[in-house]
Amino acid sequence: MANRDGIVAASGRSAIAGRIFIYALLAIFVIYYLLPFFVMLSTSLKTMDDIRTGNLISLPRQITLEAWSTAWDSACIGVSCEGIKPYFWNSIKMVVPAVLISTIIGAANGYVFSKWRFKGSEVLFSLLLIGCFIPFQVVLLPMARTLGQFGLAQSLPGLIMVHVVYGLAFTTLFFRNFYVTIPDELVKAARIDGAGFFRIFWRIMLPVSTPIFVVCVIWQTTMIWNDFLFGVAFTGGATQPVTVALNNLVNTSTGVKAYNVDMAAAIIAALPTLIVYVVAGKYFVRGLTAGAVKG
Amino acid sequence: MSAVLDRLQRFLPQLVLAPTTVAILVFVYGFIFWTGWISLTRSKLLPRYDLAGFQQYITLFQNDRWWVACKNLVIFGSLFIFFCTVIGLLLAILLDQRIRLEGAIRAVYLYPMALSFIVTGTAWKWMLNPSLGLERLVQQWGFENFTFDWLVNSEMAIYTIVIAGVWQSSGFVMALFLAGLRGIDDSIIHAAQVDGAGLPRIYRRIIIPSLRPVFFSAIILLSHVAIKSFDLVVALTSGGPGYSSDLPATFMYAFSFNRNRLGFGAASAMMMFFGVMAIIVPYLYSELRSKRHG
Repeated sequence: MANRDGIVAASGRSAIAGRIFIYALLAIFVIYYLLPFFVMLSTSLKTMDDIRTGNLISLPRQITLEAWSTAWDSACIGVSCEGIKPYFWNSIKMVVPAVLISTIIGAANGYVFSKWRFKGSEVLFSLLLIGCFIPFQVVLLPMARTLGQFGLAQSLPGLIMVHVVYGLAFTTLFFRNFYVTIPDELVKAARIDGAGFFRIFWRIMLPVSTPIFVVCVIWQTTMIWNDFLFGVAFTGGATQPVTVALNNLVNTSTGVKAYNVDMAAAIIAALPTLIVYVVAGKYFVRGLTAGAVKG
Repeated sequence: MSAVLDRLQRFLPQLVLAPTTVAILVFVYGFIFWTGWISLTRSKLLPRYDLAGFQQYITLFQNDRWWVACKNLVIFGSLFIFFCTVIGLLLAILLDQRIRLEGAIRAVYLYPMALSFIVTGTAWKWMLNPSLGLERLVQQWGFENFTFDWLVNSEMAIYTIVIAGVWQSSGFVMALFLAGLRGIDDSIIHAAQVDGAGLPRIYRRIIIPSLRPVFFSAIILLSHVAIKSFDLVVALTSGGPGYSSDLPATFMYAFSFNRNRLGFGAASAMMMFFGVMAIIVPYLYSELRSKRHG
């Protein structure tokens, strides 16, 4: 397949006008996508007086980090007034184990599904694949009861388990699709040389797996950090993740709305995934488009 | 002893898959079955397992709020898919013209995908709020009669969810289309150019039609996002004013968790499940089949 960099347009004066038009349109959309973030940032740096007298896109007259520090450790969420700091740590304590466990199991599963097929493994894979797409509402009620029966209701270990279970379909899919591209001959040759299941995985598959590990870890981190549904259904009070805490902070109806604190809290909740995106955007996009576009 | 080890060795692949298989069978298929069963009972706060027929579904279909949620899903789904696809395609075509800084521009278009819907909802809720947000900005610009109160207007609240949803997801569609555009064979386009066809014509007649599979994937993936949309509604409107911007996902949550109507909530969850399956299963089927043949 030929790889193109883009269409080559004809040259000439009308072509230059065309180029200007294209760049202008692109710039308008850059503003469109950046504006909400700019508004969040500038609002978070304003005082409430400044917010009342200024407008949405006016710059802060005096930059203050007060809203940030309030959002971080003294804003009231429910009955506790410790800001979103404790919930931020909850999210980290949830994301790290959930991502690691689901990625490792996914790698092993993908290895089997691509290189050690057995009778029924394709059917199993299809069954698993559907798990990527079910609306999670259909498992919420039985999961809530199950967690309750095992004493895991409203707890982080329970939430971690939920994320691992429903992340497995994605992680397996990533690794399976990646390992399929590694030539079977390599595995066959190693088997003839007497290498076993784990040795082949360790010596042949793992050394080339770095990119797919990065894709998978980034995907899972983003998905689990940003999750709200499982968080709101299975945790409460002190154990809620940061997305749930943010929503509770913003949607409490008591007192005067502190928009600057809301915005600071929203940026804090968004920072980890934004940083991951800025640092490793390429791999994030690869995860997003995996399976959606063939070829 | 070694015979046992040998046997074990031979079943290693199955053994490795066993935990996942059990987890999927219990937590996906078993749970769907459980929800389906409960939806056929009179369960309220606690589950009851004696079947009572389709009573919950009948009640569901007679429920006004459910129909509002379904109507909203149609409005939200179709506008969301339409605008994401149009903007995504437009941006992909523009970016495919040998643009300087393409990487940076692409990164800007796509960063909302890295945000939680809760963050997106919070940001747009602030911008769209009538007293201090966009409405006031435009009024300060001199248009004093300008009103923009969709967020608190029960007729229009669902459209604010479209606005925020499109902002978040259109960059993703752009990425899909751009990947598709980069996969088109150059020689066809050159041949058309030699034949004297202009760029717009080449796009209309050759390039866009050849993106058909991408359209297909994008629409499927977006409709899947639309049906599952929950966080964005919660953060932006909480389903309000009243329940005017409810979607099935928020409906299900409200009745199952806030009102403890287990059987009723389960019935609405099953309806969502059937809706998603009706879209996804044919899609997966055609994807898997074409992979096998191609």
